[in-house]
Amino acid sequence: MPRIRLDNLVKRYGALEVLHDIDLIMEDNEFTVLVGPSGCGKSTTLRMVAGLETVSEGEIYMDDRPVSKLEPKDRDIAMVFQDYALYPHMNVARNMSFALRLQKAPKDEIDRKVRDVAEILGLTDYLGRKPGELSGGQRQRVAMGRALTRDAGTFLFDEPLSNLDAKLRGQMRAELALMSQRVRKNMIYVTHDQIEAMTLADRIVVMHDGYIQQQGTPSELFKHPANKFVAGFLGMPPMNFLDATLTERDGRAFAEGDGYSIALSPERAGTVRNHPGREVILGIRPSDLNYDPQALEESAFDLNVVVSEYVGAQSVLLCRCGSANVTVELKSETPIALGETLRFSVNPAGIHLFDKESETAL
Amino acid sequence: MTRERLNRMTPYMFFGPAAVIMVIALLYPLGYMVYGSFRDWDPSQNISETEFVGLKNYITLFFDPAFRESLSVTLIFAGSVVVVEMVVGVGLALLLDRDIKGMSVLRTLFILPMMIAPVVVGLMWRFMYHPTVGTFNRTLDWLGLEKVDWLGQHALLSVIIADVWQWTPFIFILALAALQSLPRSALEAARIDGATAWQQIVHIKLPLMMPVLIVTALLRLIDAFKVLEVILVMTEGGPGLSTEIVALRISRTATEFRELGVAAAMSNYLLILLLFLTLGMFAFTRWQEARADRIAAAAAKAPEV
Repeated sequence: MPRIRLDNLVKRYGALEVLHDIDLIMEDNEFTVLVGPSGCGKSTTLRMVAGLETVSEGEIYMDDRPVSKLEPKDRDIAMVFQDYALYPHMNVARNMSFALRLQKAPKDEIDRKVRDVAEILGLTDYLGRKPGELSGGQRQRVAMGRALTRDAGTFLFDEPLSNLDAKLRGQMRAELALMSQRVRKNMIYVTHDQIEAMTLADRIVVMHDGYIQQQGTPSELFKHPANKFVAGFLGMPPMNFLDATLTERDGRAFAEGDGYSIALSPERAGTVRNHPGREVILGIRPSDLNYDPQALEESAFDLNVVVSEYVGAQSVLLCRCGSANVTVELKSETPIALGETLRFSVNPAGIHLFDKESETAL
Repeated sequence: MTRERLNRMTPYMFFGPAAVIMVIALLYPLGYMVYGSFRDWDPSQNISETEFVGLKNYITLFFDPAFRESLSVTLIFAGSVVVVEMVVGVGLALLLDRDIKGMSVLRTLFILPMMIAPVVVGLMWRFMYHPTVGTFNRTLDWLGLEKVDWLGQHALLSVIIADVWQWTPFIFILALAALQSLPRSALEAARIDGATAWQQIVHIKLPLMMPVLIVTALLRLIDAFKVLEVILVMTEGGPGLSTEIVALRISRTATEFRELGVAAAMSNYLLILLLFLTLGMFAFTRWQEARADRIAAAAAKAPEV
């Protein structure tokens, strides 16, 4: 279960550079999730770790051993693919035991391992079937079973749940979380689904345009996003962004914009004093706004409710604040009437400021 | 009511023209041949004037050493060319299935022989095999080696080499197409599971290509039983009967010996042979499917552990 270190990793296809100086350390027994929109380079990074893509520049270390020139088979890894990548001509047992059979492991040991893993995954009844005779969820289990039987040091997952329907995906996500607790291994998981990332990860690495935007625990990233991209990518419904100007009145700092003026916490006063009149982006998560008719004007937004989307216990309100759209998430029983302008207080810890040019957090 | 009936008839109406063509172009000549094979028939006679001789043509052929010789030459020829072509063609496909600069040019070059007319191929090889001025013997001579009597002593081998040269590309392009349609991720999974290049070929690529390869081999085999022009041009079946394959003997029986009934009977023997071959292949696939079903059924009934 090695510690994996990516050192200034670069990937080029011809003249096109798709990954730029990726530096990343994945600690022993850590569940790392690489997350980002399509084309951000997360799968390429994973495939480079696996040895399925060549490294253009930089190095991959596993326990300080450079591996970028090694064949996949010499890297002690197991991988689960998006399309399962099962061997269609072999039955489940033979799919799962393929690696062990290649290693010429003793037959009774192979049988025992396959049986054990099949039991964990509930595949015992299907060992004799060909992949073609299984449902999508079962195939996904076989793909995981194949990785588990292998008993490798590092597990790689390339969007393993994205071919499943929503209900099955939720179920498999829970099973994966359970499996990762039971099998303490180094796991690297690639997904574009931020919910998978948040629920499974010990550490999330957010990627965009071939750069790492931020890495840390799910709650670190959620509470303290390093830039506007990370802030907008994590969290559902996504964070609201409003144009704002920093001003100072009576020794206190304010963020002002079209239809609102919000007092900032005293810690921010220094920032404002150094850059009076600075143009910024104000970010507020929908869940950090609360319906509160008694709130002070300086700590609240007056929002005109346009649409209410009922999603069960929670409702999502689409509102207007000046010329900008703002979404609010609140309990469904809150008495709300469409078309009214209501007051929503904002949780001071939930106010994020981003530089307008660089979009980094202030 | 009529409309409904018309709707039900639609598939048969679409099927109709094809059926008519089948009957005219396939079943009629076939029936004609079968009918003719029971008669003593000279090309100068109208078929209605010929005498019915029952199975005489078949029995004569069965005991005719020349025909048996010709049959065994055909079997040896077809068997060897298909085996060699499959091995070389699939091998080349496995070697050339990669992204290297100029590979598309190389692939095109490889399939050139297949595009040349068989008569031209025959002529070309006859010149190359020529005992004194042929390319091969001149090269051997230049290297200080002994000349080889290509179209004399080694006629069958020489003919086999020429056929392999011409038809390996056919196997090659089909095998390459099969290879390139294999699921990429399964091969990547095999690499991660620790399979060497050779193990990937044996455990993943070949088994997955097998359905295509079986059909390809069958097509080649059927074709090899019918080959005529190349051998006709190169050796005319000689020396002796050493390269006289059945197709050539049929043509000679009909034209030189003027025995159409015997030639028809011979064709029927060949037809029956190919029919058995095809049926054998069908039986093989059916058996495979049945086996897969049996495994699945057993798995469904397996007790919980």
